[in-house]
Amino acid sequence: MVRVLLNVPRLVSKGKPFDVKLLISHPMESGQRRDAMGKAIPRQIINQLVCKLGDEEVFRMNLFPAIAANPFLVFSTIAEHSGALTITFTDDDGVVQTETALVEVV
Amino acid sequence: MKRRTLLAGSTALLAIRPARATPAQVAALIHELVGDAPLTPGNMKLDLPVMVENGNTVGVTVSVDAPPGAVHSLHLYAEGNPLPEVMHFHFGPRAGVPRVQTRMRLATSQTVIAIARMRDGTFRQDSVDLLVTLAACID
Repeated sequence: MVRVLLNVPRLVSKGKPFDVKLLISHPMESGQRRDAMGKAIPRQIINQLVCKLGDEEVFRMNLFPAIAANPFLVFSTIAEHSGALTITFTDDDGVVQTETALVEVV
Repeated sequence: MKRRTLLAGSTALLAIRPARATPAQVAALIHELVGDAPLTPGNMKLDLPVMVENGNTVGVTVSVDAPPGAVHSLHLYAEGNPLPEVMHFHFGPRAGVPRVQTRMRLATSQTVIAIARMRDGTFRQDSVDLLVTLAACID
């Protein structure tokens, strides 16, 4: 489990785009670096991220080693009714983690 | 003989340096994505600083001049990184404004290219030439 900050506005207007901020505490080890002994440090990154609102997809993203450590993302979505915004991501070891934030529509 | 040994040594050193992607490699990746469709610049914006002090985290924003739902996906490539792909971002049915902000690594001074694939099958592109003072990926 890694630490995740998922920031959604407290109240959103129906049918109006709003921004969501996401910050994941993850080293995103690129696989390009070597340790003090000159041995290659194996790649360990989050390679896929899916965001859903209710059961409809907001976006799906493939990440590569060129994404900086502690991936930060700002994206936009539109809600028609209140529901859960879920972020699901997978790392190179196949570990899947899900985070949820509640979106309240007024 | 000594000079030959030295030369052989330096070639070996060059070989273990992290490889850089080349513009040709990126062009091939883009061709794979776009095919023979025309790639028109404009109506989208790749926002990156032109002078980068620290290549380890560089804020990048890609936005397309289009209403929500008009963009299929965004793709980002860095020509001078060891691995040129940065991200592929596919918009779903609940996507809002076609704008994405994130942070990336830059290994050296280079050109970064963003491509937007529209729902109508057309493609747009924007690119930024930038200078990097402190590179990422190398200790």
